[in-house]
Amino acid sequence: MKKFLTISVSIAMLIVMVFCLVACNGGKGDFNTEELPAVEIEKAWDTTVTIPADFKAGLITLHDENSTYDKNFIDAFVSACNDMGVEYVISSGKAEDNTCYEAAKDLVEQGCDFIMADSFGHEDYIIKAAREFPEVQFCHATGYQAAIVNLPNFSNAFAAIYEGRYLAGVAAGLKLNEMIESGKITADKAKMGYVGAYTYAEVVSGYTSFYLGAKSVCPSVTMEVQFTGSWYDETAEKEAANKLITNGCVLISQHADSMGAPSACELAGVPNVSYNGSTVAACPTTFIVSSRINWAPYYKYVIAEVAAGRHPKTDWTGTIKSGSVELSAINNDAAAEGTVAKLTEVRAGIMNGTIKVFDVTKFTVDNGKVLGTDIVDENVVDGQYKESGIYSAPSFAYSVDGITKLNEKF
Amino acid sequence: MIKTKKIKEPLFHISKRSDIEPWKAWCIRIGSGLLALLVGAILTGALTGHFFGFFEQLIKGSFGSVTRFEKLIKNTVILLGIALALAPAFKMKFWNIGAEGQVLIGALVTAGLMFNIKDSIPQPALIIIMFACSVMAGAIWALIPAIFKAFFNTNETLFTLMMNYIAIKLTAYFINIWATNGSGTMGIIPYGQLPKLFGSQYLINILVVIVLTVIVYMYLKYSKHGYELSVVGESLNTAKYVGINVKKVIIRTMIFSGVICGIVGFLLVSGDSYTITQNLVNGRGFTAILVAWLSQFNPLAMVLTSFLVCFLEQTGSQLVMAYNMGADAYSSILTGIFFLFIIGSTFFINYKVVINKKHKNIKVEESADESKDESLSTLEESSKEEVVLDGPKTEVAE
Repeated sequence: MKKFLTISVSIAMLIVMVFCLVACNGGKGDFNTEELPAVEIEKAWDTTVTIPADFKAGLITLHDENSTYDKNFIDAFVSACNDMGVEYVISSGKAEDNTCYEAAKDLVEQGCDFIMADSFGHEDYIIKAAREFPEVQFCHATGYQAAIVNLPNFSNAFAAIYEGRYLAGVAAGLKLNEMIESGKITADKAKMGYVGAYTYAEVVSGYTSFYLGAKSVCPSVTMEVQFTGSWYDETAEKEAANKLITNGCVLISQHADSMGAPSACELAGVPNVSYNGSTVAACPTTFIVSSRINWAPYYKYVIAEVAAGRHPKTDWTGTIKSGSVELSAINNDAAAEGTVAKLTEVRAGIMNGTIKVFDVTKFTVDNGKVLGTDIVDENVVDGQYKESGIYSAPSFAYSVDGITKLNEKF
Repeated sequence: MIKTKKIKEPLFHISKRSDIEPWKAWCIRIGSGLLALLVGAILTGALTGHFFGFFEQLIKGSFGSVTRFEKLIKNTVILLGIALALAPAFKMKFWNIGAEGQVLIGALVTAGLMFNIKDSIPQPALIIIMFACSVMAGAIWALIPAIFKAFFNTNETLFTLMMNYIAIKLTAYFINIWATNGSGTMGIIPYGQLPKLFGSQYLINILVVIVLTVIVYMYLKYSKHGYELSVVGESLNTAKYVGINVKKVIIRTMIFSGVICGIVGFLLVSGDSYTITQNLVNGRGFTAILVAWLSQFNPLAMVLTSFLVCFLEQTGSQLVMAYNMGADAYSSILTGIFFLFIIGSTFFINYKVVINKKHKNIKVEESADESKDESLSTLEESSKEEVVLDGPKTEVAE
């Protein structure tokens, strides 16, 4: 009898567990989200090229699918390879040391014609592999050395994510305006917080474009930036977000890869503009919008070029136009009214060139100096700072007035 | 007729054994290793639908190409090196779980010299300085807890563990100073790299660790030092009684341990990665504890164990890559299964499992009320054996 009881209880527990697992997998609720209307995308790749049947592409990632940053690369890679009918291999969890070089060598030996690496620190090791295997095309995201080392089979790529961040900033600015109108805050209290990883151009360019986006609709906005000194540190990101909230920031955005900042915002009920993909599932009441880079157009471009026997551009920068910069669906439960309409309008402006993200007439740096007149910079062309003009990686690193750096982490 | 209480007899009982033949012990070990592989194959089959593919990738992952085999060997020698460093300390029952930090501090010093001295002095001289400083750094990192243990009897487990974190944070601190590109990575440092021998980047590492293996083996087995430290490990009082200076032995052994860790740190940077990251040692300081224990501090057995561990890790990442499994954790899962089985197998080496004979049928014939007086004696017999677990049983969480 006792035995029977034990067995039946165990079976019952097992069944409950299986149900829980199934429920977890299928547990996506319905959220009040709205997509921006689709835009006509200019295909960045040569559609006339026929891809050989034995073409193989390889991807090296720093972490695995559990990191939002790497997942963004992996998902796009899988979809691009499937679209192009190309075989692929993904070598995940490769540290930014010799492991990366070994992974690249291993992918070459598996017959890959094109190998991509996703993390900044991979660059040296990919270059090492590129020198050793000139017949294979190596690409590296976020790096800057392709223009320097001058290897035909090594190139860098990035996307004009500042366009996406600017749009996300507009959504943030509209939210601030809503708070001001409803009397929740006064105009001079419109302060945003930003959790950044490191104090260098990629992050600075990102938060500056976000700030400028917000400023374009809410002129009184200011921003505080707190750096964590790590690309992935859930605790530090959470702490940074909490610190900013305590400092009186009424809206938070971030440029780091964990769920630290978004979940801190959800807990505190502070609106959040996310990055690398929608976090609406975890933050249904505070998530406004998220920008991300879609790497699929670049992968397709390189696959087509390599298949045609050409080398891709040394530095490639994707844009909204090429489908490389995307906005997630907007969460109407958190975003201000009319956000979708306004973003659609601004997006059209960015695409046809009437709106310039780094318009030097719209901001000052280092306490009132105007870029291009008070400070000479070769990147300032036609009244705007031309981001990603020379290298595909972002280069804007000025301190724009209105933004306060609470700390610095290099 | 005497009425006895009905006692339910357990299906089996366990008894201690200390006289198992070596070949039997090895059969149990190999058997459980194979069983672990079978479980791994079933798990892989369940997750990916490739049951036999598991065995294919097992071979491919490590022997599929020269690169993979080379990688397997060079990872094996690093793990082996750290395990060798731990063996003397553990034999002395000094729970040094600080190998991670001792290796990392050596690596940090090596990388620091490579980065700062650059080519201002001849490269062979730089390499010698790097080696000497790395060895010293490792030794100091091990010496600090040893002194506290010897003179103040502080808990060495906690002390060495905390020294790990200090080393990791120091590394992070210096990388932040040295790496000015804002990404927290140093990249390849082009100075002070060990030369290639016969076209292989890792040959020097391999040769150094082979020499270390021989040295540690001789040291533990034939030297007076080796004998003294094992006496200290067996019984502190005996050691004191026969006039061994325990403090001296503790400090000397830990310096020896730290020196080897320092050498490994040097090899890891100068002969392998050419860079420094916080994660450079990557938990191998802890895995090495398992390797040392499982090999019962026998350096020759450690060669095999560390090879097996690296082999499984490589199999895991090969499976993840070949079947697009998405999560790197699978490699750790496989290694975990393997360790579980191997550690479990020592239970069967140290204990005998005796299946109890069924008396039911006989009893029914003898007495109508199914009394079982014989079962009492069986119970008594089994309770006589006190179950004392000894031998390798430590599990270390990373």
